Amino acid sequence: MTAVTVFTPIASLAGGALIGLAAVMLMALTGRIAGVSGIAVRLFPPHEDHEFAGRVAFVAGLIAAPVVVLVASGRLPVQTIQANAAVLVLAGLLVGFGSVWGNGCTSGHGVCGLSRLSLRSLVATLTFMAAGIATVFVVRHVG
Amino acid sequence: MWGEPMKVVFQFAIGLVFGLGLVISGMSDPAKVLNFLDFAAIRLGTWDPSLAFVMAGAIAVTFSGFQWVLKQKQPLFADKFHLPGKQELDPRIISGPAIFGVGWGLAGFCPGPALTALGFGSSAAIVFVAAMMVGMVFARWLANRPSLSRIAPPADSI
Repeated sequence: MTAVTVFTPIASLAGGALIGLAAVMLMALTGRIAGVSGIAVRLFPPHEDHEFAGRVAFVAGLIAAPVVVLVASGRLPVQTIQANAAVLVLAGLLVGFGSVWGNGCTSGHGVCGLSRLSLRSLVATLTFMAAGIATVFVVRHVG
Repeated sequence: MWGEPMKVVFQFAIGLVFGLGLVISGMSDPAKVLNFLDFAAIRLGTWDPSLAFVMAGAIAVTFSGFQWVLKQKQPLFADKFHLPGKQELDPRIISGPAIFGVGWGLAGFCPGPALTALGFGSSAAIVFVAAMMVGMVFARWLANRPSLSRIAPPADSI
């Protein structure tokens, strides 16, 4: 069964702008690309620099966001996770491996890289979009 | 001038803004992501184009913001900008995103929303993030094998 979702152009544009604001702030303050996969993998040793505390803080901020929304609005937004545990493990391994192997994910390549007009990021973004679209097609419409 | 603690506080705030962006945009809901990736749904009328609007909003702000920021001499809390210098394409810039994209299409989570999903208190997110961390650490370990450097030149460490 596929969960139906509602098209939310205004909220999505506004939320996207907040993501962009965060990327610009991180660059202005720390000089770093806001790439979540790069930040996440560097939580683990070997540590190549002294930015560990900042990375922990960034990830803590990501995790705190739904809690802040809950406190501010009194309810959690909808989140529908339909994948079972086996699919979640497989998907998690692929997402983790692929994003680090390709030096970035939706944020590092998709947002920051495209904003820097990087050819590598354009190739990466087109590739993961195509792979994601193909995967959903196979899962939902083949067989 | 303000020192390390202030920098860490700012990074928490930036992560929070990023996470609020993910929640408000709807990208913390894997169902919305999967319904975007489902192009066959366009003719069925159940396609959700929201993700394209998230990317448009994010890139518009980041593109304009970077124009200004990268003209500055240095970041506020660091001595230089750490930008990827590598420009040539290599096998990893295709194979990595291809593998990532398959996982993204299976569960609807990419790394940012998956971490934010932990704050929803969902056990599914914990399972996904644990597996994702294993995949990430393994990819970095593999990328750092000297024997691999011939076929897969390392990218910038930024």
